[in-house]
Amino acid sequence: MKLYDGGKILIGLMVFVGIATFPFYYNIGKVNAKPELKTDTPAIQAWEKQYGKKECVESKEYMRSEHMQLLNNWRDSVVRDMNRQYVSMTSGRKFNMSLQNGCLECHSNKKQFCDQCHNYMAVKPYCFDCHIQPMEKEENKS
Amino acid sequence: MSMDRRQFLKIAGISSILGFGASVASATHTIWEPGLKPPQVEPNPDGLIAKRWAMVVDMSKFKTDEDIKKVTTACHQTHNVPDFRNPDGTVDKKFEIKWIWEEPYERTFPGSENKFMSEHIKDMPFIVLCNHCDNPPCVRVCPTQATFKLPNGITMQDMHRCIGCRFCMAACPYGSRSFNWTDPRKAINPATENKAYPTRTKGVVEKCTFCTERLQVGKLPACVEAAPKGAMFFGDIEDPNSEVRKIVTSQLTIRRKPELGTGPAVYYVIGGSDHA
Repeated sequence: MKLYDGGKILIGLMVFVGIATFPFYYNIGKVNAKPELKTDTPAIQAWEKQYGKKECVESKEYMRSEHMQLLNNWRDSVVRDMNRQYVSMTSGRKFNMSLQNGCLECHSNKKQFCDQCHNYMAVKPYCFDCHIQPMEKEENKS
Repeated sequence: MSMDRRQFLKIAGISSILGFGASVASATHTIWEPGLKPPQVEPNPDGLIAKRWAMVVDMSKFKTDEDIKKVTTACHQTHNVPDFRNPDGTVDKKFEIKWIWEEPYERTFPGSENKFMSEHIKDMPFIVLCNHCDNPPCVRVCPTQATFKLPNGITMQDMHRCIGCRFCMAACPYGSRSFNWTDPRKAINPATENKAYPTRTKGVVEKCTFCTERLQVGKLPACVEAAPKGAMFFGDIEDPNSEVRKIVTSQLTIRRKPELGTGPAVYYVIGGSDHA
């Protein structure tokens, strides 16, 4: 079998493979730092003082995997069913179902909390197109 | 392909078993279930409850333009309604968002003006807002059920669901709905922004909500609170002892375009007699 213009083709192929796999080479050895969430806002510290431990609406694991679904359910419940209070399955405590006046009261550090994971996972929820995020100091910018 | 009697019966039998199974599955597994139900969730105990919310606006109690301005500003600041202005300071009609605003008599009650009517009434501004109709055309046309009727009579909308088709704007005979042509945050003053209420985003339609979010925590609508004494009433029209019901039964009130059959729930007192 004869390969016409074999040299050019092989060089071209090599260049192509090189470019196509560039992202893998470029990131080799660089371990992507896992997102670190900060749960040390004044509101959370005050909560810890009062109740003896840090706790969210539900358990940490549940919140980590299900918070999107929970927020969707909260939204439907508040807007459509006029139910504004959530009874925690974990602690039985009652919470005001609100992103702006609930979640972000404690997690007032959106950049250190929400954004950390969302950026890492490259998801862009549009919550804050409408909901107003808390004011954060410039030094918190990461 | 030929099939004998025995084969036919086999296939028919298996098919009917499968079909029965499917019908059982669809009966036991609902396709969509609302996420949170009581007792997982409950209403706020401080919330105000009514069978049918309604409002009475007594225009004779608004003595000055300032009184009206106070009401509209209170509403628009509470709900982060953007205030788009032209460079010369006038309202930018192209982007304007209105929840509660002023209209002249002939636009508020069209068809009821006459040649010799009092100049005072003809020229005075009327406060108009969403009428929270009994039979709202906006709800009927909404393709996503983003706007819907709450059991207490409020025509509510779910901004998360709005796709910005603007059918509701075409349907509403009162012009109560405004479309966000551009990001509303550009025209919201951060100093007066209500941090407890969201803004809207580009591409959704918005209107007055009878302050659903305030009622649910036990507060009256922002406009009623800001209005001069005795100018605006809010209550349960189905309750015979409520203030709104007493006014509506004791004196002449008019509603906007009742002939359309929408059943508006905002009643206007035009005269100057005292009450309540």
